[in-house]
Amino acid sequence: MNSIDVVIKGAKLPNGTVSDICIQGEHVVDVVKDYSGPATHVVEATGCVVLPGLVDLHTHLREPGREDAETVLSGSQAGAKGGFTALSAMANTSPVADTAGVVEQVYRLGQEAGYLDVFPIGAVTQGLRGEALSEIGAMADSVARVRVFSDDGHCVSDPLVMRRALEYIKKFDGVVAQHAQDPRMTVDSQMNEGIVSARLGLKGWPAVAEEAIIARDVLLTDHVNSRLHICHLTTAGGVEIIRWAKARGIDVTAEVTPHHLLLTDDLAGSYDPVYKVNPPLRTEHDVHALREALADGTIDIVATDHAPHPLEAKECEWQEAAFGMLGLETALSIVQKTMIDSGMMSWEQVAERMSLTPARIGRYADQGQQLAKGAFANLVVINPTKSWRVDRDLVLSNSSNTPYHGHELPGVVEHTFFKGKQTVINGEVISKGAK
Amino acid sequence: MRHLLSIEDLSKSDAVSILDTAHELARVSDGAVKKLPTLRGRTIVNLFAEDSTRTRISFEAAAKRLSADVINFSAKGSSVSKGESLKDTAMTLQAMGADAVVIRHSASGAAQRLADSQWMSGSVVNAGDGTHEHPSQALLDAFTIRKHLRAGAHDLEGLTVAIVGDVLHSRVARSNVLLLSKLGAKVILVAPPTLLPVGVESWPATVSYDFDSVIPFVDVVMMLRVQQERMSDLYFPNAREYSRYFGLNADRMKSMKQGSIVMHPGPMNRGLEISAEVADSARSVITEQVTNGVSVRMAILYVLLTGSALEAGSN
Repeated sequence: MNSIDVVIKGAKLPNGTVSDICIQGEHVVDVVKDYSGPATHVVEATGCVVLPGLVDLHTHLREPGREDAETVLSGSQAGAKGGFTALSAMANTSPVADTAGVVEQVYRLGQEAGYLDVFPIGAVTQGLRGEALSEIGAMADSVARVRVFSDDGHCVSDPLVMRRALEYIKKFDGVVAQHAQDPRMTVDSQMNEGIVSARLGLKGWPAVAEEAIIARDVLLTDHVNSRLHICHLTTAGGVEIIRWAKARGIDVTAEVTPHHLLLTDDLAGSYDPVYKVNPPLRTEHDVHALREALADGTIDIVATDHAPHPLEAKECEWQEAAFGMLGLETALSIVQKTMIDSGMMSWEQVAERMSLTPARIGRYADQGQQLAKGAFANLVVINPTKSWRVDRDLVLSNSSNTPYHGHELPGVVEHTFFKGKQTVINGEVISKGAK
Repeated sequence: MRHLLSIEDLSKSDAVSILDTAHELARVSDGAVKKLPTLRGRTIVNLFAEDSTRTRISFEAAAKRLSADVINFSAKGSSVSKGESLKDTAMTLQAMGADAVVIRHSASGAAQRLADSQWMSGSVVNAGDGTHEHPSQALLDAFTIRKHLRAGAHDLEGLTVAIVGDVLHSRVARSNVLLLSKLGAKVILVAPPTLLPVGVESWPATVSYDFDSVIPFVDVVMMLRVQQERMSDLYFPNAREYSRYFGLNADRMKSMKQGSIVMHPGPMNRGLEISAEVADSARSVITEQVTNGVSVRMAILYVLLTGSALEAGSN
């Protein structure tokens, strides 16, 4: 009997069966009830859950341009620690990822870091200005093979520009990932518009500013028969529109962030900008609608919208502070807390929402594969019975703007494998040189 | 009580004791020697990151009448984008040994940020933060109302107050709604629907769009300043139309109740939200609000920095 590189013993697969996973080189070579042959490394995983490596469709890696906040390397390490084997780097870097040159640079940096796949997202419009289409074809045909296009941080608000983008990307099997935010309705907006904003005197960001764009864009997508993805859905009304669009057969997918599954707008009452995020934290009512929609599949995926910012961008007055919060290292724990521990979802559904479906939306063929013989060995081993305390001083991101500092969260990522290589061992990310 | 950040943090008895203390301190101010030695050796910094000569002068006079040393730190137009950060400013004040910082800032929550941070250890008094709150203004308004309409009483039970104008952007309105209702008054907000916040239904107040139907029933009409720039933001068509529906002019004043009063936190736009005849009429207590402002701010500093209040009749 030939020796294999790694055997992961006794972990529970997403479908609930307990098996041993055999890894040789970059691939899973067998999934068997009880592997008794020789292996170079044995990973004892009894009591753990093993999922296909997580795939994030919405990550801000900040490089090039804001390496003080995050680099492709530091973001990759944070991702690995969180159980991810693929990230999608948003285009709002400096320079903007609106040319083949920039997306190839980001792609190459991801390869060099080597912790996971970094798939660049291309800007829909030049400079994210919402006016002229960026070099969508050049980015699609580049080494980075871009399929997801987004002006995230900005809404493609001009309906004609959005229509043209939706049409044009069809040539490349692409998808437009829309940041749904009507800009005129949200000038200087600071937080969800409602009872809390009225009390705090912070300018409101109304739910309708998200819902109006979603409604328009599903209709446009239907009209030109294209593919649309809605970034960070936050409102109960938005859920209803997506549900309607899907029932009508429109090719739309939607994501929710972990923070919108857990946190609510009343946290702004501290005026601590660690809770300032765009789109903003909404109400308890919205949180429940989002959880239900994620469970029933109306919302297809969880995406982090990991948004690192340097200390000074958050250590200030609320209205001066930057929007965004860290997400990679806590995403799986938040999903366990809100969806698994509440009994709303199974681990199999988590595998779909955080690995299989995001990979399918992004056309990441080597990612999001079922854990079966012949699949790439991208996987994460989680101990769902352990918990951990979030400490912003210990995060692997270059930034520390996590809203969960001091929170006790369930679920510890014990091991992450990226194409057969172990990037996280017993909860620790391997150092760069050790690969 | 260490800070005064929001009326929300005050209990009814906290508020009453500040008003009672102000009442006692006002008696002192009426005497020949206006100054008390209470805060001798204490340093109070007026940190004004937004223009407001009136409020700053009022706090300065209050601090000086209590014998405190006053430093005016005017960081005009200051924000992170325009220079020193709030954190650096706070650490500077800490290094100077400020016992209290009176802060006026264009950002909602700036006073709370200062108080909650580890940047400085002194007391923080919110002298107006963005469109959030202006607690000392509400306290002086309550003091003025009590003096005129509830002499001898502690609270404002049985009174009805109309707050009229740009409620959406008004920190004065937010603080007054909280304080006046806490003290037992009934508050009616009168404004065009565009100038009321979404979520106002959760406030302890009722709402009316019709000033004329409200006027005959209220004991106090409190007018709010309308900023000229609101017109370009589409909140109302033009100044004349605003004035026609929501301005307090001599004609409207005629339908006011016997003994009712007119208030305005200043600065006024004469001819827009209030006519000159009304502002200068016998019903107007607007200049008295300014006078009372000093006593109330003395009381705030007194309570925060000595940790005690004065009771009625004490010396």
